[in-house]
Amino acid sequence: MSAVAVPSLAVWKFSSCDGCQLTLLDCEDELLALAGRVRIAHFLEASRAVEAGPYDVSLVEGSITTPQDVERIQHVRDVSGTVVAIGACATAGGIQALRNFADAGEYTSAVYAHPEYITTLATSTPPSAHIAVDFELHGCPIDRGQLLETLGALLAGRRPRIAAHSVCVECKRRGTPCVMVAHGVPCLGPITRAGCGALCPAYARGCFGCFGPADTVNAASMRAELARRGATPEAMLRLLRTFNATAPGFREVGG
Amino acid sequence: MTHSTRTLSVGELSRIEGEAAMHVAVRDGLVEDVRLQIYEPPRFFEAFLRGRAHTEPPDITARICGICPVAYQMSACQAIEDACGVRVDGVLRDLRRLLYCGEWIESHALHVYMLHAPDFLGYPSAVHMARDHRAVVERGLDLKKTGNEILTAVGGRAIHPVNVRVGGFHRAPARAEIAPLRERLLRGRDAALDTVRWVSTFDFPDVHGDWELVSLRHATEYPILDGRVVSSGGVDVAVRDWESSFVESHVAHSTALHGQRPDGAHYLTGPLARYSLNFDRLPAIAQAAARAAGLGETCRNPFQSIVVRAVELLVACEEALRIVERYEPPDRPFVDVPPRAGRGHGASEAPRGTLYHRYDIDADGTVTAALIVPPTAQNQAAIEDDLRGFVAPRLHLSDEELTRQCEMAIRNHDPCISCATHFLDLVVERR
Repeated sequence: MSAVAVPSLAVWKFSSCDGCQLTLLDCEDELLALAGRVRIAHFLEASRAVEAGPYDVSLVEGSITTPQDVERIQHVRDVSGTVVAIGACATAGGIQALRNFADAGEYTSAVYAHPEYITTLATSTPPSAHIAVDFELHGCPIDRGQLLETLGALLAGRRPRIAAHSVCVECKRRGTPCVMVAHGVPCLGPITRAGCGALCPAYARGCFGCFGPADTVNAASMRAELARRGATPEAMLRLLRTFNATAPGFREVGG
Repeated sequence: MTHSTRTLSVGELSRIEGEAAMHVAVRDGLVEDVRLQIYEPPRFFEAFLRGRAHTEPPDITARICGICPVAYQMSACQAIEDACGVRVDGVLRDLRRLLYCGEWIESHALHVYMLHAPDFLGYPSAVHMARDHRAVVERGLDLKKTGNEILTAVGGRAIHPVNVRVGGFHRAPARAEIAPLRERLLRGRDAALDTVRWVSTFDFPDVHGDWELVSLRHATEYPILDGRVVSSGGVDVAVRDWESSFVESHVAHSTALHGQRPDGAHYLTGPLARYSLNFDRLPAIAQAAARAAGLGETCRNPFQSIVVRAVELLVACEEALRIVERYEPPDRPFVDVPPRAGRGHGASEAPRGTLYHRYDIDADGTVTAALIVPPTAQNQAAIEDDLRGFVAPRLHLSDEELTRQCEMAIRNHDPCISCATHFLDLVVERR
């Protein structure tokens, strides 16, 4: 090996489905090349070899839901140069943040025969609620292309180029007729961040917001439009309360 | 009083999906305690599914596991359709099976090449293994990609596909979107055959599990999407009667809900169970490859699960190829599933074992109760039994080597801790 320092990469998991870190392993064509450019120093899902920190870049998947998580995310911050939060859990608390609107104690009793064995926080929060996060990649799951762009940019020492506009722009670019205008299908595209390539409208369904709110969201207009299409307040609430329910921009439309 | 005590503890198990730790305590040469501790925090899916529309569980429960979202989508769809008295058949069922084959290929290729094989060849990861076996790892990655391409063609994307809905699909893929998979799958089938041959050359410890094996069984097919629930102990029931044969208990010593038989006996679901209970349902090419690899009609050596997974890779490629070759888009991409008050049950074979869902819905389609029993919850007790039996004759090994081998024994079962709908947070044992 050369004496030139190869940047080290760590992948951390908190409360999540593993899908976002799997996205890294889903880079089948790039994985071995990437492993030549960075040193995968801590990635439990993929390797038994764990190097001690500090790490140049840490990818953090998952939300903070236990007292131990609160300490562990602080540790991640302490041993990391750049912290990148990946996915809806790590940027908005994920679907498990639905507990934030409910009684977590009641949830525990509903699922477990012995709630006294369970230690959990009343809320599910993103790492950014606890530490300074340098960059966020959205999506449930994140997009593979955006992940590669981000890692490439960090290696090159530049800011990742990640769009902040809405899914609507991607639909136009893709040439997909608007499902809301043409078919009256409720669609969160106007307020949802681009990144998936406007997948759902291309499959004849409305966007269900898995990339979370775009940078500028007109919540009132979205609510009015959904109501005009016949969405009941309950239906609207359900539409917004999924993977990014607590994200500013979605929280307001739902509430 | 002198006692020699020895404790092996691995705080963070690697190359499994999710978070778990292992604890083995030995006292005076006897294995005193073996625990697979799950510290994946609870996410409360069954609680927040209450009050959702009957159309929502496929998208919501997919988020339980990023490795096998299709399994969740399929078990959920089938359970809700069962509650509403609807059957999905014909081309729509073919498309579901095709999508599911994609997930099997992706997940099994991941496990065989990236999580499991490095154990047998003495590497900490597939990336390390690639330094000496580049072509082999590339073959595995290409096979994995074949699975992801099926998922993308049918489902829209590889992780958390968007195209699945109760009753079928939002949009039926055009023939032109499916046809290119044929070339891919022909190459994939060859790669799967090579995989079976490759893994059959590994050294396998001579161990034998006497678990009761549990799997779905279909009238004509190797079980993926549906079937009756059968076991090596004589269970043969419809999915709706699953809960009469299997129960979940919240065991004090454990950090997880354990699946078990009503009498407390442990059982195993997953590739070994599917294979051993359905050898006669394997396509001819897979039967032949299995025999050539030295497998019998049943397999109870957990280390050989890597060979069985490779055979299942072949099954999934062969099945997918068959569906792709005859695919004609359906007239409508879904059948209507109007809600009615009732209870529905669904089960399918996730790559790592049977996944059972049950929903209660009311007349307007609101979900009032949900139960989800993932395969790893069912297998956890059997995995611990395995470890206990495995450790005893290996106490002469150094801590480091024994730990490495125990980790391997756990990985044999491809535990997917993220699937832990209701795995618990780690709690301190109060003795």
